[in-house]
Amino acid sequence: MIYRRFFNVPTWRFRSPLDELHRLRQQMELLYGRTPAPYQPASAGVFPLINLTEDKDKYYIRAELPGVKGDELDIQIKENSLAISGERKIAAEEEDARYHRREREAGTFSRMIGLPGDINPDKVDAKLENGILTVVVSKAETAKPKQITVKS
Amino acid sequence: MADTPSKELKVREKQEVTSPAEQTTPGLVFTPAVDIFETEKEITLLADMPGVKADNLTIDLRDNTLTLAADIAPVDDTNEEDLLKEYDTGRYYRQFTLGELINQENIDAKLNDGVLRLALPKVEKATPKKISVKTG
Repeated sequence: MIYRRFFNVPTWRFRSPLDELHRLRQQMELLYGRTPAPYQPASAGVFPLINLTEDKDKYYIRAELPGVKGDELDIQIKENSLAISGERKIAAEEEDARYHRREREAGTFSRMIGLPGDINPDKVDAKLENGILTVVVSKAETAKPKQITVKS
Repeated sequence: MADTPSKELKVREKQEVTSPAEQTTPGLVFTPAVDIFETEKEITLLADMPGVKADNLTIDLRDNTLTLAADIAPVDDTNEEDLLKEYDTGRYYRQFTLGELINQENIDAKLNDGVLRLALPKVEKATPKKISVKTG
């Protein structure tokens, strides 16, 4: 990754290049004696919003999709990226219904997420529970951290 | 999917509650997005509450004030490390003032796929009567 070489930060992990820019900006602001801007999380601005976590063997991709049925979702995995697309439908109510509030939205969505390491495309699980989609992707053997024992 | 032309969904940041009372419990509180509509017989409320289980949801109606409060189930595995965090999770809270008298006995609440559907039947008295104006 180019930014890994660019900023020589050993603790730099896969987050977003914007986060790194933000960190840089914060330090600049401090240099000029100003109060740094509050942290704003990076977002791709594409529906649905995604939280990505990992543990030793797996990646977990979560998205809030209330009111979406499993069969209305299309999830595809290709190399290191996961594509989620579908449609959120809101059933029409009776004709004489008069609305006081209409904040919920229906529509189509499509999103692609790149995963930071190699994955095993045969071991992918997706579940939709209480309106939250969880996709669990197993890492490829090469991407898993190796435990190294120190001999004495 | 192609038969109905539908727009693309835009990202909408979750709205944090700006409550007049200060919070005494830790964690974030969000306002769920709702649809409210009424027909002659009832008021229906639909609320998006992803991550909420039926046991964690409380619906309270007193003195014309309807309160929705919900806790979310915590993520079971805590060994996970964040790589990308675009949304926060937390409780949900929202209050509404109802203009109509509600028949409290027949309130019906359903929670499916993170969407609450609450049917609040109006009391008979509040059902509008048609008044005919006589000329003469």
